[in-house]
Amino acid sequence: MNAIVSLRGLRKSYGVGTPVETEVLHGLDFELGEGEFCALIGPSGSGKSTLLNLIGLLERPTAGELAIAGTETRGLSEQALTVLRGRNIGFVFQFHHLLPAFSALENVMMPSIIECGIATAQAEAVAVDLLNRVGLKGHEHKKANQMSGGQQQRVAIARALSLSPRLILADEPTGNLDTHTADDIFALLREFNRERGSACLIVTHDPRLAARCDRRIELVDGCIARGN
Amino acid sequence: MARPKLPFEFLVALRFLREGRMQTALILLGVTGGVAVIVFLSQLISQLQATIIDRVLGSQAHVVMRPLEEVNLRASTDPASSVLIEPRAQRLRSIDQWEAMVKLAEAQPRVVAVSPVVSGPAFALRGRASKSVALVGVEPDRYRRIVKMDTYMTRGQFQVDGTNAIIGIELAKDLGVTVGDKMFLRAAGGRDELLQITGLFDIGNKDLNRRWVFTTMKLAQSLLDLPGGVSNIDITVADIFDAQEVSERLQAGSGLTVDSWMTTNSQLLAALRNQTVSNNLIRGFVVVIVALGISSVLVVSVVQKQKEIGILRAMGTSSNRVMGIFLLQGGLVGFVGALSGVGLAWGLLQFFSSVYRTGDGAPLFQPQLDTGIALSAALIALVVGVLAALIPARRAAKMDPVQAIRA
Repeated sequence: MNAIVSLRGLRKSYGVGTPVETEVLHGLDFELGEGEFCALIGPSGSGKSTLLNLIGLLERPTAGELAIAGTETRGLSEQALTVLRGRNIGFVFQFHHLLPAFSALENVMMPSIIECGIATAQAEAVAVDLLNRVGLKGHEHKKANQMSGGQQQRVAIARALSLSPRLILADEPTGNLDTHTADDIFALLREFNRERGSACLIVTHDPRLAARCDRRIELVDGCIARGN
Repeated sequence: MARPKLPFEFLVALRFLREGRMQTALILLGVTGGVAVIVFLSQLISQLQATIIDRVLGSQAHVVMRPLEEVNLRASTDPASSVLIEPRAQRLRSIDQWEAMVKLAEAQPRVVAVSPVVSGPAFALRGRASKSVALVGVEPDRYRRIVKMDTYMTRGQFQVDGTNAIIGIELAKDLGVTVGDKMFLRAAGGRDELLQITGLFDIGNKDLNRRWVFTTMKLAQSLLDLPGGVSNIDITVADIFDAQEVSERLQAGSGLTVDSWMTTNSQLLAALRNQTVSNNLIRGFVVVIVALGISSVLVVSVVQKQKEIGILRAMGTSSNRVMGIFLLQGGLVGFVGALSGVGLAWGLLQFFSSVYRTGDGAPLFQPQLDTGIALSAALIALVVGVLAALIPARRAAKMDPVQAIRA
């Protein structure tokens, strides 16, 4: 199985070079293979979100190696990291983070618009299909504030999938939803994972949902306690 | 489905502007007002200056060539200098080799018309009335290109021959004459002639309407005792502000006294220049205020939109493109504000030109909008918009996506 994410001795510190330098990730090693559906669990402050941001190329590690889809990221320019992120990674945030000035359809098309520079007919067709798949047919032109939390999270999932990324990073995607809606959202992620083979790394506090993942990595105090 | 047709940066910039309607409206209002003030003031001042210059230069040549003033040279008793130069009374003299000087003037670049003139003092007499006048002998076809006499004629044509004369309406009133009447003209040297009045002019200046008497060059030469000579050569240049340069060149080439309207009206010129400087200062201040307005509103917008910026960055938008989004917002606001500002300036010109009128009821200025002024103001607004957006745009581009999303 090809590794989509590969970490070797990954460290992250904040306040480097200052008296308050704090290391939050202490040399992590693990790989996430193509099509894997993995839960990242651990108590608050264990470094889950930091790890997700590092894998999502939103932050740079202080030390260690990080490869995404076979590309070693150390030494890459900001621009190259942006391109790598845009082409390979889809994000699902806890608070959906839809762009409020855009409709559901436009939000789903946005990664493609960023990639191509303009909205193509193909991107529109993909977005419409994705919105149908997440059960939002007829809601295409609604803005975020016209939809429920569950609907917004469905739009966010459709958006994360619009460029068929090889990796989906979800930061507590069900954390803000009721149990029933959380189950639906989880099922959707699972369905797309199986169908498209995208690897999923899901940060969650919900042991029930974590138990339904293929693999669980538990992070405690910046170290992998279990599941490597 | 209607998918967005605009390129990414335009699409996001427009949506951000639309989302912050009140801010966008305020910033547009500021740019509109600024551009309108700049265009309106520039148009007004340039028109008023043109009117003043036109009135001043409507009755005088741009450049005049005269003989050098005569001086007395006396041996000095002072060992420091060998010769004393003393002023002396100036008599009416002809320009030496004036035909060659006319050719020299005509050969100069930017000179569009040259007219030899015979001018000197005289008295216009009729019955017991006696008026001091300036006798001006001209070749009408040449002189009408120096002073637009055809437009000033109230009766008859600007055409002289034989003993015909053209006089101003004030002199006609003073002497109680009109076209077809005769008047007696006696030059200061004592020579006189009975002249037939064939035309009347109103040059818009009472003094000149009372003083100028136009005859043929030949008659003026005879009356002023300047046989075959001319007292001055009048010149028109293509651009009035080239007059000084042309006069300096002619002076160097001819050795004559050559004056431009810019030296003979130096106070007027200084006043016009001061007016231009104050206009530029006002425009500069307005530009700075507009730029600060755009910049401050966009800085607020960057803070308000940091979450969106973070999401866009997470989705693969480079920091340069984020910068482009905010620069575009500045440019769009500048462009739209410029269009509406030019429209408002046009409206202001229409309104104020109907309100402010001269003594004779004509508009003080024409309600016309100069395309050059409008275009340059629009361009300035566009550039200022983009430049004003630079600081907020850089701030947006430097934003840490993780911090932005968490905000």
